[in-house]
Formats: sequence, structure tokens, C-alpha cells
Amino acid sequence: MSTATPPKAIDGTIGFADERFGTAGFLRGKMKKVFPDHWSFMLGEIALYSFIILLATGTFLTLWFKPSMGEVIYHGSYTKLDGVNMSEAYDSTLRISFDVRGGLLMRQIHHWAAVLFLASIMVHMLRVFFTGSYRKPREVNWLIGLGLFTLGILEGLFGYSLPDDLLSGTGLRITQGVMQSIPVVGTYIFYFAFGGGFPGHDFISRLYTVHVLLIPGILLALVGAHFMILWHQGHTQFSGKNRTEKNVIGKPFFPVFMIKAGAFFMFTFAVTALLGTFAQINPIWLFGPYTPDSITAGSQPDFYMGFLEGALRIMPNWETNLWGHTIPWNVLVPALLPLGLIMTGAALWPFIEQWATGDKKIHNLADRPRNAPFRTAVGMTAVTFYGMLWLAGGNDILADKFHVSLYATTWFFRGAVFVGPVIAYVVTKRLCVGLQRSDAAELHHGVEAGVITMLPSGEFVEMHQPVKEDAEAVLRGKQELPAIEDAGEDANGIPAPSSRGPLGKARKALNNAFTADDISIGNGHGNGHGNGHGEHPEAGTGDHKELSRG
Amino acid sequence: MKWITAWRRRPWAGYAVVLAALAIIGVAYAGASPRTDSAQASDTKTSEQDVAKGKALFSQACSSCHGMNAEGTKSAPSLIGVGAASVDFQVGTGRMPAMNPGAQIPRKKPIFNEQQTEELAAYIASLGGGPAVPSADQVDPSHADAALGGRLFRANCAQCHNFAGSGGALTGGKFAPSLDKATPKQIYEAMISGPQAMPVFNDTTVTPAQKRAIIAYVTQTRSEPNPGGNGLGRVGPVAEGLAGWLVGIGLMVVAAMWITARKPKKKHND
Ligand code: HEC
Ligand code: HEC
Ligand code: HEM
Repeated sequence: MSTATPPKAIDGTIGFADERFGTAGFLRGKMKKVFPDHWSFMLGEIALYSFIILLATGTFLTLWFKPSMGEVIYHGSYTKLDGVNMSEAYDSTLRISFDVRGGLLMRQIHHWAAVLFLASIMVHMLRVFFTGSYRKPREVNWLIGLGLFTLGILEGLFGYSLPDDLLSGTGLRITQGVMQSIPVVGTYIFYFAFGGGFPGHDFISRLYTVHVLLIPGILLALVGAHFMILWHQGHTQFSGKNRTEKNVIGKPFFPVFMIKAGAFFMFTFAVTALLGTFAQINPIWLFGPYTPDSITAGSQPDFYMGFLEGALRIMPNWETNLWGHTIPWNVLVPALLPLGLIMTGAALWPFIEQWATGDKKIHNLADRPRNAPFRTAVGMTAVTFYGMLWLAGGNDILADKFHVSLYATTWFFRGAVFVGPVIAYVVTKRLCVGLQRSDAAELHHGVEAGVITMLPSGEFVEMHQPVKEDAEAVLRGKQELPAIEDAGEDANGIPAPSSRGPLGKARKALNNAFTADDISIGNGHGNGHGNGHGEHPEAGTGDHKELSRG
Repeated sequence: MKWITAWRRRPWAGYAVVLAALAIIGVAYAGASPRTDSAQASDTKTSEQDVAKGKALFSQACSSCHGMNAEGTKSAPSLIGVGAASVDFQVGTGRMPAMNPGAQIPRKKPIFNEQQTEELAAYIASLGGGPAVPSADQVDPSHADAALGGRLFRANCAQCHNFAGSGGALTGGKFAPSLDKATPKQIYEAMISGPQAMPVFNDTTVTPAQKRAIIAYVTQTRSEPNPGGNGLGRVGPVAEGLAGWLVGIGLMVVAAMWITARKPKKKHND
């Protein structure tokens, strides 16, 4: 199966294209692209496929959806809203749900795909972070990913606001509050965006253009860039037998991976269709149309906005009055701080790491999270911070389902949002170090064979056997964390210029953090490079393909 | 009478007979049993006898908290002037007699039957007026406008009970319960008596006709099927997010593991 040239059918097509566009070399190369097969490399693909599903179902919805705030009286088939005044947007969404054949299914698939899209982006990002796959040369793709995530959240928020039901209106009201809370320019931004008062007449139609045209367009371009870069750079891979920084071991794109990817697309579609058929999402007919005098318990945004909602819920009600202007910290801080912290932190992280470790090497081998305790711990800190805010966003549901006081949950999360991350940091770090120790022990003493023998002295011992070759390659794949070339002090005890000043000190401290908890696996830097550099066996074994990079 | 014999031979005849018998018994029973609805109509005069029986029941089951003459104690409020509706609601939903005072006295299986509840209500009403138990007609949702009810519900009730009456949390461990169990009469009584943390909606804020519309909305909403599949508890996006992660991402990860672990049929040697 390790044919390097694709069969006739494909080759013919490539030949056709080549005679006209001169693309054969490019395409043939792409067909041979090798994909490592670890399940976690498929997470990003869920996002890609749900995005495609979103484009398809969204286009279907545009055929009937009317992005207008014009007031109409409903006389559709959902009798419980008969004769109620509502906007055309809400009216048309009701019609999609009850009068358009397959409309409700499409709406539900669209919404479930949106949930899956953002959830898979999140897990995909976590995978990339915890394995250090964002390191050189992939920093740009990491940034593009963050852009996709941010835009995805916005796209979801706008889509959620389109039907003009009670929940989306409540969400918009909060969005408006956030806009207005921005000092100095807030009010202008609000008037500009809404074209007058709230909710006004223009906003839904503007949102619509942004939702179906602008953001999808940018997303499409970014997804394209993301994949072209990925294709050019290749995937990272976990270290293992025969795996080096210079090669990729896995399945060739054609035909194995292509079939798998196709099947995986079908899976994604099946799961969204399954959810769309059997699980009701966003039942706008139950929410009712938005009217400013109505509000409901359980007013929540979709999950991807949940952490902002949570921040808003637990923020104390602080405001300052400056020269007659109110600065509403109670809205400003929760709206901007958590998002800013997480996104800015994530964007800067690869560069901070490079700066602190002085590591400018190319990394194609993914780290096991335990082997980078500082990164892993910081990651878990952020995850916990996010998670606490997220839970806080559902505090009313938590309070209701577990019969605790709503105030108690608010106060709990006020503490937990600070204490939780600290605990997560410490625990994660301990865990990583512990796992590293046991790895080192395994390398040196072998694994427990499960065989107990009695020594002549009468003592029982368990036999150990050396680690299997495959497993050993994984263990030896651990890369020593680079300490910065210790500029230290020169003969006169004067610290080197690079470690002077606040910046130098900070760098030194960070460097320590990165390298401190490194348990050496001994035996002269075994790091999987042993059989890597220089000689890279080109021949694949069996159906496994191996390609050297570059 | 040949046709009867012919009919009796039909395979479905047996079922038809049983059904007919059941129908007759049902109608007879409905006619014979006391007409509970009209018995509770607000304009029905309660007899002296009811009041006396009610007082006896009260001193047994209620006076320890509410005082010998319902005048109230440290542990429970006075019931003078709360009216029959409040008693009918509290006792009919099993909240009273209260058991272990927590943050909120919950709904439970009623201890007293309808007759006894009426007697208790009659006794409390005799102490000084208050809203009467609504008549069957007052709470009958069948002719009411559920769409209007929905609008009123969203403006007045949804902030505590949630858009579909699924319930919601309040401060201090209190909660607005789900409205799945309350009967039309209890919904009406809840509005006019305002139990515990719930405000009173008197007839000027929400007219009797509007109350009936609200009852129509609540009863229709809770019996209406979910066209989109499982309703996920009708609590909104939190449950959807949970389902998206557990089912959506869960299934996809399993699929990813399965697909990457699959090897093409041809065996290789290693
Ligand atoms: C364990 C103590 C206790 C017992 C026994 C008890 N109650 Fe109560 N009851 C209370 C408390 C406490 C409240 C106040 C609840 C609140 O509003 O927070 C109350 C409230 C009420 C109310 C509502 C008053 C209003 O303002 O509308 C009625 C009616 C009532 N009780 C009737 C009864 C009846 C009838 C009985 C006997 C069958 C009874 N209670 C037995 C403790 C008790
Ligand atoms: C401020 C919040 C609040 C609002 C607004 C409110 N309720 Fe309630 N409701 C409650 C609470 C709290 C209870 C529980 C009282 C108790 O257990 O004694 C309750 C109980 C009820 C019950 C009894 C449920 C049962 O199963 O016993 C009904 C019915 C009810 N409410 C209907 C309504 C209707 C209809 C409206 C709107 C007109 C409304 N409520 C508005 C808080 C509220
Ligand atoms: C990443 C991409 C997208 C996300 C996250 C997203 C998300 C959403 C969400 C959450 C809704 C609310 C659905 C509901 O009513 O339950 C929505 C509605 C809608 N979306 Fe999208 N969407 C995306 C892309 C698109 C695209 C590409 C189109 C059109 C080409 C589109 C068209 C629509 C329309 C017309 C509606 C309103 C109809 C309705 O609410 O049912 N969407 N979107």
C-alpha cells in the first residue's frame, strides 16, 4: 500500500490539470503527504467538517430567513403564538421551524454544528497547546487558530441573536450594555452599531450581513491559510520508534488518509444529524419573541459565550464616577478582562516560551504534556480559570438542580475563580513530575512483570523486565528542556548583561520555571534523536509511510 | 336478532364489549361521585358543620405552629384573613402541614383528602374573609387565549419559573418550582395567594380572564411535545452545551480513535 504514485484515475486527472495549469508536481507531492495516526490529530478536522456543515445548512436557512425588525402578527401553524406581534426575523424563524419542510431539522443541525464547531476548536487548541505543537515553525498557525476561535465565537453570538427570540434579545441587550460600558467611545459605538436606540431597526439586518457574509468569508480565508500552512509544514508527531524531527510516520494522504478523512466527515455529519434529529436545540417558540419587558430564568448564551456570562454574574457591582461619567467596572471588567487575559496570553505564549528558554530550534516532535511541567501547569491554570467562569455562567441552573442558594454559588465562584487555578497549577506540576519520575524509573529498572518470586532468603520480590522497544522509544523521546546559556557571572562576580535589569531577571525567573522540574531520564540525553539525525530511513514498513520533511 | 349473533362472531367483538362496559362504568361513576368542582365554587356557602370540623382538624394538625386560633406564633404566620384559596393551595399541594422547615417548604403528597381540605379552608375563611377558592369555570383553560397567556407569562412569571415553566433558582436556597404538577386551580390559587417567595398577582394586576389565559399557557406548554426531539429539560442553553460536549464531542472522539486505530486489511509484518 505504500505506492508513491497514485493510480490511473487520479494520475489522469492530475495529468489533465498539469497540461493546462502545470500543477502536477505540486499535486503529486500533496497526494503523498503523510499523516500521523493519533486520534488527537483528528480533533481539528471535526472543526473543519462542522464548518462545512454550517456553510451548507446556513445557506439553506438564508432561503427563508428574513433579517428584518419589521413588525408582523403571527398566524402560522404554531397556534400558541397565534396573533402575537413579533419581528419578521422571529416570524420567519418560526416558519422555518414549523412550515418549511425539513426546516426545523436544518435549524437544529446548524445550531448543533455551531456547538460542535466551537467545542472541537477548543479541544483542538488544547491538544496543540499541551503537546507544544505551537512551537517553531508553527507559531503563525497558532495565531491563525486563535483568530478562528475568536471569530467563531463572534459568529455564533451573532447567529444566536438573529432569530430575535427572548433569549437572543436578552443577549443583545447585554452586548449593548458591554458596548456602552467602554469608556469615552462606548455610546458612539453603540449608536453606530445599532443605528439608534435599542433594539432599533437596523441591527438585525446588519448582524445578518456580518453573519452570513463577512465572518464566514474571513473564516474561510483563514481556514484556507491554516490548512495550506499545515500542508506545507506537515503535522507534528509524538516521538516513538523511528520517529525523528526530520520525518513523519503515518499514512499517506492518498489513498489511506483520504478515505479516513472522508469517513470522518461522514461521522461528523452523522453526529450533527443525530443530535439535530433527537435533541431539541434553541426552541425559540418556547422562548417567545423578544420584548423589552420580558425576561426568563435560564437566560443563557450558548456555551462558548458562557465564560463571559459567568464573569458578568460574579463581578461585584462596582462603578466609579469620574467627572460626571460613570465607569461601569461591573460590566467592563467581566466583558474584557477574562477574554483579554486568555486570548492575549495564548497569543503571546509561544513567543514568551521562546524568549525564556532561548529555544529557537525547529520542533516537529510533539511533547508529552508531562515532560513540560511548567507549560502543562500554566495550561491547566488557564483551563481552570476558564472552567470556573464557565460554571459560574450556569450558576442558576446549578443552584436549581443541586438545591443550593444562588448567592452561595456566586460567592463560591468568586473565590474559586482565583483559588481554583492556583490549586490546578500546583497539582498539575506535582503530577507531571511524578509521571516523569516513574518514566525514568521504568527506563532504568524496567516494568513490573507481574511475576513474584521468592528469594532464597524468603523475601518476595516482583520481577522487572526491560521496557519494550516501542515503549522505550516513547520514553526516550523526552527532550531535555533547554536552560538558557547561563550567562551567570563573570570572573569578577558581575552578572552578564543579558541577565541584568528587570527584563533580564524576569527572563531568568521564567527560564527557571520552564526548566526546574525536569527529571532527567539519564543515559546521555536519550531523546529519540539517536537514530534520527542524518540517516532517515526512507522506506516505510508495511502500510506505514514515512517521509522526510522539507 | 340474527345480526347480534353475527356480530358476536366478529373477532373484535370481545374488545368492543369490554370498551363499552368500561365507558358505561366510567360515565356512571362520574355521575355518582361528588361534583368536586362545583362544591368548591367560591359562592358556595360553607356550612357551620364544615367550619367546626375544620377547627378540629386545625387544632390537631396546624395549631402547634399557627397557634390555637390561627393567630400565628414565632414559627409560623397568622392565618387570619389569608382566605380559603391560600389554605386550599397550601394543603392541596401538600406544603401544609409543614414538616421540617428548610429554606422553602416543598410540594409533597397531600396528607388531607379533598373533604378535609375544604373543611380546613372553611374554618380559616370563617376567621376573616380573604380570597376564596376559585370556581371550576374561573380556572377552565379551554376557552382561554394561550397566546395572550404566553405574553403575560413571559412578562410576569418566566423570570422565576423559566420560559417553559421548568423552574429556576432564587436567592437564599429558595426556588421557583417547576409548574408541571400544579392543577389549574392551584395555579390560580398560587397567583392570588402568593405562596412564600412568590408575589401576589391580585385581580387588578392580572385580571381573572388573564389568569385563565396564563393557566391555558402553562397547561398547554407542559403537555405539548417537543417537535425537535428530546427537550433536554427545557432549561435552555446550559443543557444544550452539556449535550454538545458529552454526546457530540464524546462520539467524535470515539470515532477519531476508532478511525485512527483501523489498519487497512492487508497485514504488515512487524
Ligand atoms: C411545622 C410548622 C407548621 C405546621 C404544622 C403548619 N404550618 Fe402552615 N405555615 C408554616 C410556616 C412556617 C408558614 C410560612 C411559610 C412562608 O410563607 O414562608 C406557613 C404558612 C401557611 C399558610 C400560608 C399563609 C399565607 O400567608 O398565605 C397557610 C394557609 C398555612 N400555613 C396553613 C396551614 C394549615 C392548614 C396547617 C395544618 C394542616 C398548617 N399550616 C400547618 C408552618 C406550619
Ligand atoms: C419572584 C418569583 C416568582 C414569580 C414572579 C412567580 N412565581 Fe410562582 N412561585 C414562586 C415560588 C418561590 C414558588 C414556591 C412557593 C412555595 O413553595 O410555597 C412558586 C410557586 C408557584 C406555583 C405552585 C407550584 C407547585 O407545584 O406547587 C405555581 C402554580 C406558580 N408559582 C405559578 C406562578 C405564575 C402563574 C406566575 C406568574 C403570574 C408566578 N408563579 C410568578 C416564585 C415566583
Ligand atoms: C462558523 C460558522 C457559523 C456559526 C458558528 C453559526 C451559528 C449560528 C447560530 C448559533 C444560529 C442560531 C440558530 C438557531 O436559530 O438556533 C445561526 C443562525 C443562522 N445562521 Fe449561522 N452560523 C455559522 C455560519 C453560517 C453561514 C455560513 C450562514 C449562511 C451562509 C449562516 C446562516 C444563518 C442564518 C440565516 C441563521 C438564522 C436562521 C435561524 O436562526 O434559524 N450561518 N447561526
